[in-house]
Amino acid sequence: MDEFLLRALIGGILVALVSAPLGCLVVWQRMAYFGSTLSHAALLGIALGLLLELDVRLTILLVSVLIALLLMVIQRFRTLSSDTILGILAHASLAFGLLALTMMPTLRVDLMAYLFGDILTINWQDIRWIAGGGILITFVLIKIWKPLLSTIIHADLAGVDGYNQERLQLVFLLLLSIAVAVSMQVVGLLLIVSLLIIPAATARMFSSSPEQMLGWAAAVGVLAVISGLGISMTLDTPAGPSIVACGSVFFFLSLIGSSVGAFGTNSR
Amino acid sequence: MSVDDPNQVKAAEILLELNDISVTHDQTPIIEHIDLTLHRGEIVTVIGPNGAGKSTLIKTALGIIRPDQGTVKRPGSLSVGYVPQTVTLDSALPLTVMRFLKLSPNTGLEDLINTLSQVGADGLLDASMHILSSGELRRILLARALLKKPDILILDEPTAGVDITGQAELYHLIQLIRDQYQCGVLLVSHDLHIVMAATDRVFCLNRHLCCSGAPEQVQEHPEYLAIFGPQAPAEIGIYRHHHDHDHNLHGDVCDHG
Repeated sequence: MDEFLLRALIGGILVALVSAPLGCLVVWQRMAYFGSTLSHAALLGIALGLLLELDVRLTILLVSVLIALLLMVIQRFRTLSSDTILGILAHASLAFGLLALTMMPTLRVDLMAYLFGDILTINWQDIRWIAGGGILITFVLIKIWKPLLSTIIHADLAGVDGYNQERLQLVFLLLLSIAVAVSMQVVGLLLIVSLLIIPAATARMFSSSPEQMLGWAAAVGVLAVISGLGISMTLDTPAGPSIVACGSVFFFLSLIGSSVGAFGTNSR
Repeated sequence: MSVDDPNQVKAAEILLELNDISVTHDQTPIIEHIDLTLHRGEIVTVIGPNGAGKSTLIKTALGIIRPDQGTVKRPGSLSVGYVPQTVTLDSALPLTVMRFLKLSPNTGLEDLINTLSQVGADGLLDASMHILSSGELRRILLARALLKKPDILILDEPTAGVDITGQAELYHLIQLIRDQYQCGVLLVSHDLHIVMAATDRVFCLNRHLCCSGAPEQVQEHPEYLAIFGPQAPAEIGIYRHHHDHDHNLHGDVCDHG
């Protein structure tokens, strides 16, 4: 196997593994739109990184955290619904990102690579970032898993048990920001949310417990990365979209499978 | 309050004390100047129409809402069980009854099975939380609260969406729990009929405290009648009978907050 392909596989699988628990948490909390907002905001992060000549991952993280905090503050006023606020934040940061990019004298970087990802150019340094971010995310998630799950199920009930919903939510948003920052290169900003949501949604059909769903999501994600890369190699298609396309095919297959299964049980 | 009530005799220990509580939201007062105490071994019911601030009162007692005025006194050593009105689970989250109950801190399997059978929900251990009827869900929520061995049990509309027979059963269960755990029970409700029969003291809430006292007294209070109308007490007596009509009339029960 060529080394670049090996790197792509390792990087892709790591991202799929990290995305599985976060994706489940996003789906359970109906936060898909928040994921999209983060990925839009990441463009502003990229622009800042290029302008300030910093690692774009750091500036993406910075902007994502800022967006998360801003959302929490604005939500306290509750005059506007959170999807309206998210829509404003997403497109405002997208607009400012594009403005900042055009203000740069020479566009030294291929913007398309950020929007659609370029997993085949991933290097060992990138993989170390993903692995580091993944280990951090996994470690924190294990620590807060039960409290976080409790607050998702019923915030007040968890509050009586002594779990602070707002703090847990903030930690979760931070983890999500880290994931977006480190995995952006694999599928790109436009498709990053799909790697969170599609495996989790597919896994729901086979799961009867939260942890089971997490395991299946990881499996579906890894499978999507492997088959997507395979297709990308043989058909010479762009890697990121191929991975997402494979994932969505799995999702629709599982939908069909589960409805056929349900039909079978009903007719018995 | 009737002195001969057996529950009043052993109700020495104060578990929860609300003093002059006011909560406002966006400059609108939700509840004003509420005084309320809960003793060990008694069942206190807060009734009031929709929008009276019942849920706000409960959340303040639980410490979830911080009052704008007044104090909530509750010894830190006491364990609090909370039974919310309902749990709206996102269907994307797979969850069995067992997994749900185990989210409560320090829960062993044996404990869990015993508690389930106590609330009459045996056999639901492996059921999905998504297919429970509202009566079953209420029992599971009650079980979750009981797993904490509560000194204070707080219930929000425990019978909403449950049919009349189920309501009677639930209130009976709450009384049994009070006897077994020797806890204080604070519950809110907007339906009066069965509540009245199964409770030691009633607080009638309509943003402020209209009146309070034993159920038989409160149901004849003019402010209570003004809110709930004369048809309200018709169904009292599922547990108690109508033979106790020797109490004082209106004026004595008035306990303005």
